Amino acid sequence: MKWNGWGYSDTRFLFNKKGQAEFTGKRYRLSGLIIPGLKDWMEGTFGASVQHKSQATPILNSSSVQPPNLNEAFVEELKSTGVPYSHDAEDRVFRAHDCHDDVVKIVELACKHNVCLIPYGGGTSVSSALECPPEETRSIVSLDTSQMNRILWIDEKNLTAHVEAGIVGQDLERLLNESGYCTGHEPDSMEFSSLGGWVATRASGMKKNIYGNIEDLVVHMKMVTPRGVIEKSCQGPRMSTGPDIHHFILGSEGTLGVVTEVTMKIRPMPEYQKYGSVVFPNFEQGVACLREIAKQRCAPASVRLMDNEQFKFGHALKPQVSSIFTSFVDGLKKFYITKFKGFDPNRLCVATLLFEGNRDRVLQHEKQVYDIAAKFGGLAAGEDNGQRGYMLTFVIAYLRDLGMDYYVIGESFETSVPWDRVLDMCRNVKARIVHECKERGVQFPPLSTCRVTQTYDAGACVYFYFAFNYRGLSDPVHVYEQVEHAAREEILASGGSLSHHHGVGKLRKAWMRETISNVGMGMLQSVKDYVDPANIFGNRNLL
Amino acid sequence: MAHRLQLSTIRFFAYTLTKVFKNLFRSICVNEEGIQRLQQAIQEHPVVLLPSHRSYMDFLLMSYILYTYDLALPVIAAGMDFMGMKVVGEMLRMSGAFFIRRSFGGDKLYWAVFSEYVKTILKNGFAPLEFFLEGTRSRTAKSLTPKLGLLNIVMDPFFKGEVFDVNLVPVSISYERILEESLYARELLGVPKPKESTSGLFKARKVLSEDYGSIHIYFGQPVSVRSLSQGKIDRCQFNLIPRHIPKKPTEEIQGFVNDSAYRLVRAQEENMVLKPWVLLASLLLQNHHQSQASGQRPGLTRDELTQQAAWLRDLSRQYGAFLHWPDHASPSEVVSSSLSLHRGLVKMSEGRIQLAVEQGGQVNPGEPRTAVTPEEELLNRAVVILSCASYRNQALHVFLRPALLASALHAASSNHKQEVFNSFSFLRNMFSNEFILCPGATVQDFEEACFLLMKTGELQVTEHEVLVTERGQRTLGFLTNMLDPFLQGYQVVCRFLCEEASEALTEKQFIPDVRKFIIKHLLAGRLRYSEVLSSDLQKNALAALLRLGAVQKMKGAQQGTLKVNKVMVNSLEDTLGGKLPTQKAAVARL
Repeated sequence: MKWNGWGYSDTRFLFNKKGQAEFTGKRYRLSGLIIPGLKDWMEGTFGASVQHKSQATPILNSSSVQPPNLNEAFVEELKSTGVPYSHDAEDRVFRAHDCHDDVVKIVELACKHNVCLIPYGGGTSVSSALECPPEETRSIVSLDTSQMNRILWIDEKNLTAHVEAGIVGQDLERLLNESGYCTGHEPDSMEFSSLGGWVATRASGMKKNIYGNIEDLVVHMKMVTPRGVIEKSCQGPRMSTGPDIHHFILGSEGTLGVVTEVTMKIRPMPEYQKYGSVVFPNFEQGVACLREIAKQRCAPASVRLMDNEQFKFGHALKPQVSSIFTSFVDGLKKFYITKFKGFDPNRLCVATLLFEGNRDRVLQHEKQVYDIAAKFGGLAAGEDNGQRGYMLTFVIAYLRDLGMDYYVIGESFETSVPWDRVLDMCRNVKARIVHECKERGVQFPPLSTCRVTQTYDAGACVYFYFAFNYRGLSDPVHVYEQVEHAAREEILASGGSLSHHHGVGKLRKAWMRETISNVGMGMLQSVKDYVDPANIFGNRNLL
Repeated sequence: MAHRLQLSTIRFFAYTLTKVFKNLFRSICVNEEGIQRLQQAIQEHPVVLLPSHRSYMDFLLMSYILYTYDLALPVIAAGMDFMGMKVVGEMLRMSGAFFIRRSFGGDKLYWAVFSEYVKTILKNGFAPLEFFLEGTRSRTAKSLTPKLGLLNIVMDPFFKGEVFDVNLVPVSISYERILEESLYARELLGVPKPKESTSGLFKARKVLSEDYGSIHIYFGQPVSVRSLSQGKIDRCQFNLIPRHIPKKPTEEIQGFVNDSAYRLVRAQEENMVLKPWVLLASLLLQNHHQSQASGQRPGLTRDELTQQAAWLRDLSRQYGAFLHWPDHASPSEVVSSSLSLHRGLVKMSEGRIQLAVEQGGQVNPGEPRTAVTPEEELLNRAVVILSCASYRNQALHVFLRPALLASALHAASSNHKQEVFNSFSFLRNMFSNEFILCPGATVQDFEEACFLLMKTGELQVTEHEVLVTERGQRTLGFLTNMLDPFLQGYQVVCRFLCEEASEALTEKQFIPDVRKFIIKHLLAGRLRYSEVLSSDLQKNALAALLRLGAVQKMKGAQQGTLKVNKVMVNSLEDTLGGKLPTQKAAVARL
């Protein structure tokens, strides 16, 4: 794992000696391949140049990091419990090893010695939720749950599994697959994010159309709080027992306690999976098609609509093709779509699809969706494009690190919005980003692009990518923050929500009050006051 | 409603208008950098053109200019009355106009259809939208208080996030000589506005043979609604209701639209090109009234007039007027050429230049002269005065704030700053239906006035006192005189309400009654300014009194009748006349 970038240490983008982009490692479909279009795309989109490089800080040494602020009494007592810990510069974490009971012990000790605890799962948060609050003067303990990663049992009669909350998405899926099951919960970060983190942020997976979001998947959970352990007494699939206490835990972002064990629904592994893609003449038509699909409630496991900029980006990430034949076919396809069908290459956009389930049903479903798409001018564009689209989701975070090597910084953010405002919001937010960048002296036009990633009955989830070349700026990070702030304001003003699944963290706290009203804030605050009066879980997210 | 754009009609218009314009005007001047800005703005976001409205020519001119510069032709919201014109109404429609009722009278369906239509044009963004903020042509050449309905509609798509931004472009069209000059004056004196008709248009063709000088069209800086509303409007308020459901705008939005409207009208005013004649008209008017009062021989010699004009030119430049004074010509040449263009309004007698008020029938030379009653003669004279005043009014916005301060100094019992301010704020409040004074900007206006007068050395403002300097007397005298007709006019209206108004006075009856009252006073020589006969001034005065609560409109059985609070009207009259000190009630303190 990298400490200063996304993902595995062996996997990254780089420009090789010939100046061509290459993706290293062996872990992904794209790994080890040359990507010829990437350099031109980067130069064309950002005005970035391979000549202008800004290296990342390679290694962290202890001298560049402030010495730890230790609560000696707490450390002494922790030693006696046998819980492993470290305060080396690179980890500086305490590990909750083995089980729920360890966590109970640590939380008790923390209460006794008034130490601040910050639960840490996969560390994939993008809302500054894991940052230590600068105003915190107590000793801060990062409570790493990564060793609590076992499936405790699988109940095949009820199709549930009882899992420790530190387990990482891909491990959970792999282990369940061994028994012929899956959870179907696949957030883009599933390689690294943990079950506990999903619960704490109200995560959403790309296949939620079949399996549901995390709140639909959880049957039972256990959380250790300074007041004690909170859990339900049974596993009834639905209860009318006042407001659901699970919803105090879901989305609590580590402010109330540590989720230790979760019982969640599992499903038999799908018999058949099929990717697909549809090209639309423009984004408006694409959105109209998705709306129709949602209306007819026939959304495939996943459907995502990328705008034109993202379509081009995906195109740039096509690996080098080995045979002349393939490139000939590609050329022919391009000719057909742009010349024969008259799609404007600067306006067309693409939707990627994933169908899952029984083979016959999948084929039938596929036909239904393509028929709807045809009504909106959509053309089926092949399985391969669809699959590549989904693979890119995992790769794109690595690309951000490549960008940073060449003066490009970028980030993504998401929102949910009613159907009637999807187009307006997308246009406004993208325009606002361009406008703000210009206003703040960014020398090159930024990348400002979006995709619709989830459909609901009453609206959709939209994901934005935003990146710019910061050459010539004295404080690029500050500019970046200002633009992101403005973009969020624009989202809210255009009828979008504060967050669909990333959570609030500390990044979006400022808008909480207007989002959930004064009374709503009071309700959350009073729960916090009761559960954690001494603010032991003091990451100061959310409120 | 609905427009039907047809290129053939537009080409026809373009052809005839070129001919007509060449005939009528010496030149049409357009600021080309403004055109470039507009071009840019049209590419970026939906554009709304907001021209000033002084003449029928306005929207023809606008379309003509945009056509000439190869820009998208605007879709124009025009008053329903144009639709009554045969053929031409249809042709206007085909050149991009659509017609709307002047008032909707609570017709919700009409409003909904109309606003949806406008928004659709805006959102599609194929063509700029054009309408007149002032709602109707200003008969007095003063800017009118802006109407908010349409502005509200065009801002709405931005508030609701349906467009990223809307650019509002104020356009100032200034005419050296207005086609409808005496028509307006007659209308203000009570001759009703002739119905728009095609035959009327043909009859009007005789104007083609006259010289109307030049026209200046200034395309102002586009104003982005987004940046205008930043930090003022919370756009989230529309999140919880489907956007197609019409909702009454909140107070916050109404206030914002109102402020913006004033800002835009101010921008229009500031970009109006003033011709030397405007200054001459102001001087000649003042001279006319002074000589009337003092019994001196009326008029100024050419040299006097030239010398005074040069003085006023410098003063107005210092006040930031957008004056088009040809510097290459000598002042006396400039004066002569201005006078020759406005031959109908001035005359030379015994070497003195004065207003052409004495020969009654001057205005309508074609008609045989008949025996005239004193009343008719008075009205004939008033036509010339009002025509002239309409030119002076073009410059009013330049002098308005200093003039208010000058009048306040004149009225205040001491030089104490707070007292002067109170008096200023009273006058400003009184006249806020008459002139464009942004609501809630009393302190800024006061400071602006102080600043201008201090800059030119006419005033010394210390922490507690406002003192007129030696050289300030002349300027302040001029400024006070400029505002005096309005002060007198409002007083007369007050006096009418106190003395003559019966219990059953209706709103409809107000104008004819007050006119009769004023004519009586003018004939008796108790009133100097025949300008006061202007129905515009009378209406504004009534509106001010209604706003201040001195007069109330009755509801219920006696609908339309006015209830006069005589004590209050009386005290307002006295305060205006400087007989009563301004009350401390002034809201804002310095």
